Amino acid sequence: MRAALGWLLRGGLLGGLAFLIFGPLANLALWAVAIQWYFPHKLPLTWGFKYWAEVFKPTSDTVAALGTSVLIACITVVVCLLMAVPGGYALGRLRLPGRSLILLLLLLPQAFPSLAAYFNLARLFYLVGLNGTIAGVVLVHASHGLVIAVWIAAAAFAAIDPELELAARNIGASALRTALTVTLPLAMPGVTASAIFVFLESLDEFTGTYFVGVPDVTTLPLAMFTASLAGNYQIAAITALVLLVPSVGFMLLIERLLKAEMLAKIG
Amino acid sequence: MLLVAPALAMVLALFVYPLGMSLVSAFTTKDGAPSLENFMKAFELYGNDIVFTLVIVVVSTLLTGLLAAGIGGYLVLGAHRAVVAILKSLYRWPLFIPFIVAAQCMRTFLAKNGLMNNTLATLGLVDVGSLSGLLDWRGIIVTFVWKETPFVALLVSGAMASLDRATIEAAANLGAGGLRILVEIILPQVAGVMVVGLTLAFVTMLSVLSVPIMISGGSPTMITVDMAFRVNSYSDYGVANALAFVSYAIAALAAWIYLRRNVAAGSGL
Repeated sequence: MRAALGWLLRGGLLGGLAFLIFGPLANLALWAVAIQWYFPHKLPLTWGFKYWAEVFKPTSDTVAALGTSVLIACITVVVCLLMAVPGGYALGRLRLPGRSLILLLLLLPQAFPSLAAYFNLARLFYLVGLNGTIAGVVLVHASHGLVIAVWIAAAAFAAIDPELELAARNIGASALRTALTVTLPLAMPGVTASAIFVFLESLDEFTGTYFVGVPDVTTLPLAMFTASLAGNYQIAAITALVLLVPSVGFMLLIERLLKAEMLAKIG
Repeated sequence: MLLVAPALAMVLALFVYPLGMSLVSAFTTKDGAPSLENFMKAFELYGNDIVFTLVIVVVSTLLTGLLAAGIGGYLVLGAHRAVVAILKSLYRWPLFIPFIVAAQCMRTFLAKNGLMNNTLATLGLVDVGSLSGLLDWRGIIVTFVWKETPFVALLVSGAMASLDRATIEAAANLGAGGLRILVEIILPQVAGVMVVGLTLAFVTMLSVLSVPIMISGGSPTMITVDMAFRVNSYSDYGVANALAFVSYAIAALAAWIYLRRNVAAGSGL
């Protein structure tokens, strides 16, 4: 009897948790396939993919926003990696003076209330004509994603056995060749992970784009936000689902990358 | 040094410099004369919202900590492997869901006619007539806790898993229950990691704009919304930056707790 009660309790708790975690997502999915749904009906009155056709027709704002988002995310990844790979190498392998101070400085954009930095930066960008440009938005996203990129890259470089490089140098490889053919390939999983992180951060970024991107750059999160505040819940839900695809895909893929030892090295 | 220079320059130019601008602007008038005028105006107009923000963020952080401890504890101590496995596969989902999508999900889920109320009503747990939505301060807290718990739980359960199991088993042999082992043996040992996770969660909640706007944009609301409003509607950077300074002060409070804890523990994290 007690065992049965215990299982009932466990089942109830797990069920409740599952409801709280997936309920909001289920509600989003319902809105994505609803055509008509209003109070007090518990489920949509008419179902279908009418709004999908609207969202994905080639001339729609959402498709344009998707293109802008992907473009910005790709450039952000390139910009971040160009800085994170040498930076991560230096922090992971070399004895830098003031290493922890540098790490702390790089952490600031993630560990400090960032809203004010964004609107003051927007004011600055306005003076130099970067406001409302792709370049401006890329700079904002890159400064935010840089920390994670550098930290993961540093952990990846720190994990490489220096003996392997020494061996390459011993048999006559130049420093550059060693870096390109030994060090970099070994650090590649970490560098790839940081690229994915930066890509997702950029794709999902809202606040910075909200201040710096207006009025000309509309990314997917901004398009979703506008649709939602205008009460177009179907369009907002479909746009949100598009945003979810890379995030959830990444979650399923990262299981192996996000092991505790990976996190432990970052500190 | 040369290798880190570009990254450092970028953060200095695009983050630290605007923060400096923010500080200067908060303490000066439009003409550049030093004054506390902005703060007076900010407290007068948004005093309630400052308290509101503080309450929301503190309550959300505490709830996040409790849930993360519970989830982490069950993952380490749970006797039933199947339950542990299910919990493990469940709790991480919100981690990778963007804030803006989480806000949109909750905007529909917690509404008067949302899936939550409808499910509860269908199950007969609540009365349909008395239903109201949760789209106010409660909704903001629910969304924050939903979004931040997996992150803290991930960090904490990682730390719990690497603890020495001998003390846990010794306590269990002496007859201590699961809850007692969690509170008296496990939590004190992972307190450092817990504080790190909660500090990051705390600061994130202070900076997120989309959740308060989308869940409850009306008054009272969080100061992030007020800042955006001051900037977008009045170009009033002075008051917006004064509010920003308040948010730095709140974050500094969290950082102080975090640092004190680290000094006390002498740990490297």
